[in-house]
Amino acid sequence: MKINKLYSTLAVFGLALISNPVLAQSVDETVNQLFSSATGWFVSFIFSPFPGTAFPWIVAWLVVAATVFTFYFAFIQFRAFPLSISLVKGDYSDPNDAGEVSHFQALATALSGTVGLGNIAGVAVAVGIGGPGATFWMILAGLMGMASKFTECTLGVKYRNEYADGTVSGGPMYYLTKGFAERGLPGGRFLAILFSVFCILGALGGGNMFQANQAHQQISGIVGGYPGWITGVVFAVVVFAVIVGGLKSIAKVTEKVVPFMGILYVLAALVILLVNADKIGWAFGQIFEGAFTGLGVAGGMVGALIQGFKRAAFSNEAGVGSAAIAHSAVRTKEPITEGFVSLLEPFIDTVVICTMTALVIIITGQLTIDPDTGNYITEGGRIVTATGASGVGLTSAAFESAFSWFPYVLAIAVVLFAFSTMISWSYYGLKAWTYLFGEGKSKEITFKVIFCIFVIIGAAANLGPVIDFSDAAIFAMAVVNIIGLYCLMPIVKRELNSYLDRMKSGEIKKFK
Amino acid sequence: MSIKYVVACDGSPASERAVAFAIDHARSNGGSVLLAHVLEWSPYSFLTPEELEERHKRRGEELARAKTALVDPILASISTDGVEIDSVIKYGHVAETLSDIATEAGATQLVIGRTGQSSLKVRVFGSVAGTLAQIAPVPCTIVP
Repeated sequence: MKINKLYSTLAVFGLALISNPVLAQSVDETVNQLFSSATGWFVSFIFSPFPGTAFPWIVAWLVVAATVFTFYFAFIQFRAFPLSISLVKGDYSDPNDAGEVSHFQALATALSGTVGLGNIAGVAVAVGIGGPGATFWMILAGLMGMASKFTECTLGVKYRNEYADGTVSGGPMYYLTKGFAERGLPGGRFLAILFSVFCILGALGGGNMFQANQAHQQISGIVGGYPGWITGVVFAVVVFAVIVGGLKSIAKVTEKVVPFMGILYVLAALVILLVNADKIGWAFGQIFEGAFTGLGVAGGMVGALIQGFKRAAFSNEAGVGSAAIAHSAVRTKEPITEGFVSLLEPFIDTVVICTMTALVIIITGQLTIDPDTGNYITEGGRIVTATGASGVGLTSAAFESAFSWFPYVLAIAVVLFAFSTMISWSYYGLKAWTYLFGEGKSKEITFKVIFCIFVIIGAAANLGPVIDFSDAAIFAMAVVNIIGLYCLMPIVKRELNSYLDRMKSGEIKKFK
Repeated sequence: MSIKYVVACDGSPASERAVAFAIDHARSNGGSVLLAHVLEWSPYSFLTPEELEERHKRRGEELARAKTALVDPILASISTDGVEIDSVIKYGHVAETLSDIATEAGATQLVIGRTGQSSLKVRVFGSVAGTLAQIAPVPCTIVP
């Protein structure tokens, strides 16, 4: 009954807008204005630079953390890489546990939450502002981020809640409270609450509005411009049907199609790179030179670095804590094994897929170069592109220059990626919400309805305010999560040493 | 060494014939029977976050349902006449898991019913009986 009522309210709202075009146009503008004025202070706090520089403290925070974890665990991302692959293949899985969540499934689900618009649109934003050099810093941030992900996912599994009925709940909320209590540290509960608040904002921002916004841009780029709220209402209804109406079939189809879309995307990128094989050397030259000189972009080397780091963090979410929620359902007696598996996530997401997007944009000559100086031509802080497009439009134009039909495939991919990321983040947000307010049908429905409303706002607002708020909310999660990781990393080290010792002594054996 | 028959059962009429066949033979040569039911499962499938969360619970429910709705009724309905009979329920790729069960149990023979699927489907996806004929670690009897 309740659900039917909500459906009809949404329908009436939609009809009212359609019947009045003037109202409809102004809805977009009003939403945009209200949104940027409501979130501006939060965004400027998160991205405030170190005094006297242009370097935002939050970017340094993420990079320092990734560096600390990399050294603390002695380059675990490279040492454990082969082991991670064996774990995902199931070489260490007990055949008697068949039918439980495997390492592969936990990784695949976590990846479908991270691989998405960050890889397509985010990278385009990075190279569109920071130039090819941003790619170098993005790859570096991806490699370092593997250590952050390793730390948080190990903790996610170690401190998850297992309920009597066999379901599990995990994530930073749980390791912040339980891990801090175990180490006798104060403030765990406070940090967990703070994390949950930011996680809800992150779910509504990067996990929702940014997705809706870019999906709208992609669709309207093909069928012609129309108001964003229309896409928003359509998306909201479908998301509503899945997360409130329990239409699992839609989610199931998406979960199965998304991995193939990802593979198709990488294959298309590879074909473009192969066709332009002679330019790959030049592209890497641009990436390295741009990384240290900026090649004329706004802010020079620092500008490229900030863009690269920002978009890498936004794309792979290492240190943010979201993946710890998704990974915590795996069936394993050793929490550290999920840490090993999770470090593949930033690798696949950033080092492989994001780099593909960046290379395609660079190689297809989307960024205009001043022939006299060899530098990129900028206008208003952005590099002038061949088609004038930015964000997902830039990626689309790059692929279109090789395959004229690709924008259609990309549009489907973007819509599906956006949708699967929304479903994943609605789950992360819900976990944070129930942590704060307790479990219960009406509490869950409240969050889900709020989530659907933000889909409409996200599609109607301009990219600028939406992307700023999305970044800010997701990075705010990282602030809290990383404090927790610093305090709890000795526990991860103990787990790691114990596991490696037992592997050496032969106590832990391969089953295959 | 005692003779042991591992019989694949999925509740189909074909698998019932296979069970009857194995019990007949076990009775005549003093062997024992192990009923094996395999739930099709790939560790490389894709699940939503909710499905991950509930997987352990669902697995318990699926195993309980397989036991009460499938294996137990078969055990209750057949007259074993002193033939020692046991059962096992596992997850995995059906043919491979049956082979593993046969190896672990030290089976003398695997017995499986033939469902007689359409030839097109079998050509595309293969059949359990056909695959077992190729990979079974012990002699395999296919009961029509």
